[in-house]
Amino acid sequence: MTQMKNIFAVRWGIIVVGAFIGVFAALLQKMGNPGNMGICVACFDRDIAGALGLHRADVVQYMRPEIIGFVLGSLVAAYLFKEFRPRAGSAPIVRFVLGAFAMIGALVFLGCPWRALLRLAGGDGNAILGIAGLIGGIWVGTLFLKGGYNLGRSEKTYASVGWMLPLIMIFFLVLRFIYPPLADKPQSGVLFYSLKGPGSMHAPLAFSLLVGLAVGFLAQRSRFCTMGAFRDLILFRQPHLFTGTGLLSLLVFAFVTNLILGQFHPGFAKQPVAHTLSAWNFGGMVLAGLAFALAGGCPGRQLFLAGEGDGDAAIFVLGMIVGAGFAHNFGTASSPAGVGPNGIAAVIIGLLVCLFIGFTMRRKMA
Amino acid sequence: MGSVVDARGLSCPQPVLMTLGEIKKLGKGEIEVLVDTDTSKENVSRAAESQGWKVQDIRGEGEGYRIAIRKDLRGLCLNF
Repeated sequence: MTQMKNIFAVRWGIIVVGAFIGVFAALLQKMGNPGNMGICVACFDRDIAGALGLHRADVVQYMRPEIIGFVLGSLVAAYLFKEFRPRAGSAPIVRFVLGAFAMIGALVFLGCPWRALLRLAGGDGNAILGIAGLIGGIWVGTLFLKGGYNLGRSEKTYASVGWMLPLIMIFFLVLRFIYPPLADKPQSGVLFYSLKGPGSMHAPLAFSLLVGLAVGFLAQRSRFCTMGAFRDLILFRQPHLFTGTGLLSLLVFAFVTNLILGQFHPGFAKQPVAHTLSAWNFGGMVLAGLAFALAGGCPGRQLFLAGEGDGDAAIFVLGMIVGAGFAHNFGTASSPAGVGPNGIAAVIIGLLVCLFIGFTMRRKMA
Repeated sequence: MGSVVDARGLSCPQPVLMTLGEIKKLGKGEIEVLVDTDTSKENVSRAAESQGWKVQDIRGEGEGYRIAIRKDLRGLCLNF
């Protein structure tokens, strides 16, 4: 047998990776990132959309280095371990739409699955509703998967296709260097910067970037995916097979680090960047979970896949960034004051679109 | 020669679903699974082993892998 062991894809490896993410997410918060938002792929993609001016919500604009690091760290790992496989062509437009609605759903709850765990680890009880919604959405997705739903095959393609999102991320990083935040200025060159709100809160550039690179590297090796963990538990009833233990590890280590750093504040009211409307904390994440399940990965995983050459995952990421633009321009994103004026309509439309995709894209693969 | 499951180009969890489907259909024997990513290679191998199948061989083929998994008739493999 010529199988080379991947030490990160065995159980203890996944536990170590989950622990790393949990500890460093809490530390990122300590170093300046927003409350219970040491890492949030949805929120940070949204901040990037704001930095680029795709929406003009002035409290959520920052070119987040963590996201750039996730993609580039995964790219480095993929090249080092000869896993960079440029591929594309599996229903790209559908992935774009799923990415956009995943973002819209996540911004009704205010967080991706990682942040849902980090919110829980910081004592935010509202996260329980979000996680329940996430699992509910994924469960609906598994019904489609059992019924033959799939997005079709991707094709091997040019290396440059796989390089597109990493190059876009390098471009974003260059922009961040050329146009750094200026004191009391909402704009620096072409980039927008929040002067108040979560967008104004960030760890130092080097720390954010280095943690991002490390997480990207480790997550590529371990195939860390929050959606996949729940999906496989529901589909195969074998949590030990995949990344379920990694999620628990993330939760526990973030919780312990928060306790040590004094960042644990249990309760439902007045939690940072959160609202208490349980039905929409749940509903937003049902939409996000279903969109993740139909697209085959949580937002973090899509970034790591894009880093290893998956052009379809890259399209999902771009869909998320554009979706964030819609979410704020159309008033569908929540805020600590509650859901946006069009948030409920957006969740309903998003669910209908996901059901349409799920019901119409069925084919038994021979 | 057993059956072949071609899961190339398909993303998670399709390769595992297809492999488990074939395992359920055959019950025993030999299956070759074609995948094109390392993630699928690992997931298919683990899924097969969880069903009591043995991963006999993994060969690089083109841009992916050919995974041979096998489950013998009880008793036959050792006694003959």
